[in-house]
Amino acid sequence: MSKPATGPKISNLADLFAIAYQIEADAVDRYELLASQMETHNNPDLVAAFRDLARAEAIHRDEIRRLAGDIDVVAHARKVAKWSQGESPEEVDIGAAHYLMTPWHALQLALAGEKRALAFFTSVVETTKDPAVKTMAAEFVEEEAEHVNLVHRLLRKHPRPPDSWSDDPDPPSSQD
Amino acid sequence: MAPLEKRLACKPADYKSDVKPIWCPGCGDYHVLMSFTRAFAELGLPPEEIVVVSGIGCSSRIPAYTNCYGFHGVHGRSLALASGLKVTRPELTVVVASGDGDGYSIGGNHFLHACRRNIDMTYVVMDNRIYGMTKGQPSPTTEPEFDTALSPGGTGLRPFHPLVIALASGANFVARCFSGEPNETASILVEAIRHPGFSFVEILSPCVTYRPDEREWKALVHPAPVGATNDPAKAARRIMTDDGFNIGVLFRGDRKPFQPSFGQVTADISELEKDFEL
Repeated sequence: MSKPATGPKISNLADLFAIAYQIEADAVDRYELLASQMETHNNPDLVAAFRDLARAEAIHRDEIRRLAGDIDVVAHARKVAKWSQGESPEEVDIGAAHYLMTPWHALQLALAGEKRALAFFTSVVETTKDPAVKTMAAEFVEEEAEHVNLVHRLLRKHPRPPDSWSDDPDPPSSQD
Repeated sequence: MAPLEKRLACKPADYKSDVKPIWCPGCGDYHVLMSFTRAFAELGLPPEEIVVVSGIGCSSRIPAYTNCYGFHGVHGRSLALASGLKVTRPELTVVVASGDGDGYSIGGNHFLHACRRNIDMTYVVMDNRIYGMTKGQPSPTTEPEFDTALSPGGTGLRPFHPLVIALASGANFVARCFSGEPNETASILVEAIRHPGFSFVEILSPCVTYRPDEREWKALVHPAPVGATNDPAKAARRIMTDDGFNIGVLFRGDRKPFQPSFGQVTADISELEKDFEL
């Protein structure tokens, strides 16, 4: 269906912090899940890549929690951070995972996630009427833009693999 | 029933066990597991009030990955197990997980009669149109032209049509989901579990290892153009004429669930043993 994610409503600063926190927390969980998959399927490069991405998102998650001050972002997120369509912006598509994928593929997933988060916070800036929300969301836009830039830089270190990246001399299929 | 504060406190992670899934990366069943835990959290059901029952196959590993009660049964017999459980412990929420091989071939007969009996439980079939765990044999929903070394030239057999068969057999709620849309799937699971009687949810869940073509399902699925009906004939007609990728709730019936009353059990074990003496 690939419908755009329908985000939760942001009425005040507490909502924004809680939703921003949950976006990063969801990203951490998703990268950890992918790392675990790759561990099971003995792809150590990708275990390291996904664990690094999870660590980076965890730093951002914890920073949002610190910025939120007295707001209990964990409890508030449970009430407001609900995505009726699609998933949270930085939950990368686990359907795109492959047991032979390379760091380039992992970074492509990360890039798409960061771009979705950037689009989400940009839309908050453009639509909110609350000046405090607008100011904070604009900061999140800057941070997400930095993340997009960072992934682009990392992609220069991990160029696109040859088309034969998924060739397996001993494939799991026994049927051919 | 657990106290309200306990029910509200549950979040999706509370329904996950410590066992790491060993499905292939990219498998749709990861998303289905997420949908299960999100649905349970949305329902606010404590894990100890839910039982996930399964048969055999990749999809049937799901009870081990949840923190609810689970029963990993024998091949194709999950509905028989679940029926016995639900009629004797009606206070529990029973969710049955299966795949297209386990559910429609080995367990095909149980499927018909579970629909007919209309016991209040939810049957989720993760359909990938292949036997994945045993390395790629055609299943009842495999396309007739699916050509492999195990089925040269394709089976040539007309695929099983589970949603229509469920309607004809008396299922009280019928829906189709796509695993890659876990929040939408979770919402439909919530509705299926709440709906009285036998709810059948088919989830298109790609097998990326033996059916890599199913990665394209993401682009093929679309919402059903009309909402659910309570007329099984109309629902069946719509399903027979769709492309197999209509997503949503397709039928909501109003049949009364079957729930026998056993009365007070008074026999003790020694009395029961006497009944079985040779």
